[in-house]
Amino acid sequence: MTMVTTEEEAQVRVADHASRTTSPSVTRRVRGLSDRAIAWAFIAPTILLLLAINIFPLIWTIYLSFTNYQANRPNRPITHVGTKWYQEILNSPDVWAAMQATAHFVFWTILLQTLIGFGLAYLIDRKFRGHAFWTTIILIPMMLSPAVVGNFWKFLYQPQIGLFNYIVSFFTGIPPSSFEMLGSVSLSPWSIIIVDTWMWTPYVMLICLAGLRSIPDYIYEAAEVDRASPWRQFWSITLPMALPFIMLAVLFRRIENFKMFDMVNLLTGGGPGSTTEVASITLKREAFEKWRTGYSSAFAIILFVAVFGLANIYVKALNRVKQR
Amino acid sequence: MKTMLKTGAAFGLAAFIAAVGQTRAEASELTLCWAAWDPANALVELSKDFEKQTGITMKFEFVPWPNFADRMLNELNSGGKLCDLMIGDSQWIGGSAENKYYVKLNDFFDKEGIKMSDFAPATVYAYSTWPKGTPNYWALPAMGDANGWFYRKDWFARPELQAEFKAKYNRDLAPPKTWDELKQVAEFFQGRDIDGKKVYGAAIFTERGSEGITMGATSALYSFGFKYETEPGSYRMEGAVNSDDAVKGLEFYKSLYKCCTPPGYTDSYMTEGLDAFKSGQVAMMMNWFAFMPGMYKDEKVGGEHVGFFVNPAEKVPASTLGGQGMSVVANTGNMEGALAYIKWFAQPEVQKKWWTLGGYSCLNAVLNDPSFKSSQPFAAQFLEAMANVQDFWQVPSYASLLQAMQKRLHDYVVADKGTAKEALDKLIVDWTEVFKEEGKISN
Repeated sequence: MTMVTTEEEAQVRVADHASRTTSPSVTRRVRGLSDRAIAWAFIAPTILLLLAINIFPLIWTIYLSFTNYQANRPNRPITHVGTKWYQEILNSPDVWAAMQATAHFVFWTILLQTLIGFGLAYLIDRKFRGHAFWTTIILIPMMLSPAVVGNFWKFLYQPQIGLFNYIVSFFTGIPPSSFEMLGSVSLSPWSIIIVDTWMWTPYVMLICLAGLRSIPDYIYEAAEVDRASPWRQFWSITLPMALPFIMLAVLFRRIENFKMFDMVNLLTGGGPGSTTEVASITLKREAFEKWRTGYSSAFAIILFVAVFGLANIYVKALNRVKQR
Repeated sequence: MKTMLKTGAAFGLAAFIAAVGQTRAEASELTLCWAAWDPANALVELSKDFEKQTGITMKFEFVPWPNFADRMLNELNSGGKLCDLMIGDSQWIGGSAENKYYVKLNDFFDKEGIKMSDFAPATVYAYSTWPKGTPNYWALPAMGDANGWFYRKDWFARPELQAEFKAKYNRDLAPPKTWDELKQVAEFFQGRDIDGKKVYGAAIFTERGSEGITMGATSALYSFGFKYETEPGSYRMEGAVNSDDAVKGLEFYKSLYKCCTPPGYTDSYMTEGLDAFKSGQVAMMMNWFAFMPGMYKDEKVGGEHVGFFVNPAEKVPASTLGGQGMSVVANTGNMEGALAYIKWFAQPEVQKKWWTLGGYSCLNAVLNDPSFKSSQPFAAQFLEAMANVQDFWQVPSYASLLQAMQKRLHDYVVADKGTAKEALDKLIVDWTEVFKEEGKISN
């Protein structure tokens, strides 16, 4: 009680001191601010920052996409080319090949990561001895840097000394040097899918685990009272209730993998030929190797619209599932 | 108040002293930018003399080859102040001159009595001039280089292999003179067991990302008669880029890649080649002359184990040009120091030392010295190669042209897409598009 009194007295003293030191006009002005104005004052720095580092570059990129600007030719006069780059990109067989490579990569990585991630989450959710330890072990790959992962998988895939080829050889009897994961047209798309799945399945597992843990026990207890089989419980309780979480994980992974660059660049560099040249690698080549800034700006806008549009459709679907 | 004033004055003085000190430090320092490779180490050693003579401290920014162009062109494009001196690739000259990234050196050369006629003509043309062949100099020829070949001299000398090779091909197992001979030698070694280890024929360039497969394949293409244009300066590529000779050359390069390279050799350039050769994996390696001094000194495969030969001819003798000129970056904060370095580097005695340390001088006085050919086991081959060098397009849009060639060649050679003729036809389409954008070809 004494403490509270002392604190109150101190606050009164501080307020009194503040009122004496702050000029009456400032006090009046601050007192005169509406809640809305104060809210704006607080968020204004963030909005300005967002405008400077997100919105302005976006608008600038849109502007550049209608010009012939090249970042390595600053003295060349900028001319407006209209929608030339957009038409060229949408009619380019190389761009469509890159989009196909991206779609192949996104589809298979998401499918595998969702199936394996949910399966692992389902197993980890069963309380067993040492499950915390195994959870930590499983999570390790996603904690590594993509640069590290890319480099060490490059060694693992090395046909002469790589462990991967030796493991495949052990199980199949195929000589290890007889196939090249990164250099073969048929195998290289799968080599990047394997690495991405290895690295990011734990992430999907983590989100699914959160979903499974959010299902109240009493629902299962009620199902058991109704003599529902484990199979029935899984299809009628577990899967529907975890579905919003699974969809969320799919959304995150799809956005990430659509713009996948670092790992693919390190593993295959888009090769052999252009077999694993996903859209972001094509974009990088146009922007920073060929220095076609206008063209690459148009390509970036197209990719942005594609990701944004697909994500919006997906979020609507996610909301419908949640409402059910 | 007085205390505050005193404190403020003290801070002001300290800041002024620091600023003056910084300016002095900058004036007494020079940063030279280049690729991270053996000759760069030789240049560090050589530059110690410059530091002693002038009191200027040399700093170096070396970037590994695969990232060199990206990093340094970004630096130039962004108007960065990192480099005072740049040893940039020959293809950069056009863009750097037009965008005024480099300082034009004509007046400086005239003032200091540096004559371009004192340097090998091919190097002046490739490393210094823009527009090409005109007396407008943007760099001092600094490092002559061309694509050449390394071979395991000790393996070639083995009597049992000599006998077997002679019985099979009716000639001695010796450094090949033509591409057909080179392929025979590569096939002979491919999969062979030497000292209990499986070895392979040849390490060639197949890298996709920067310039590797273009530099490798053009070594064959030039020899087979490939040309960029039907007439120089015409930009007419039909019948030159996709000529029968060019098609044969590209088909040959692919056949060499398929028959005689180590497994997993799908994205390999200088470093991968050096690794394969040094680990005793291959009998022959395509690589730049710049690596020969280092390889000759190598404890395991250097000395008597290694030999060198010039790029084989087929229809004509030809080698792919490497090498660079030394330019002053227009943005430098130490123009005087940068020019002093160029002046110092151009001196004949410095150029002689440059050669002895492992750099490749372009100065006639060094190259034409009677003792030059015997000064190193690769010196004569270097002279022969430099007499027949050919280079990629040296135009400001070279990056787009190079990337197009990288894609078309890798698609055909490594990824087995289409035929050689189709790859070269597509390349013409790509290049035509670039030249149209440049206004070199009318729409």
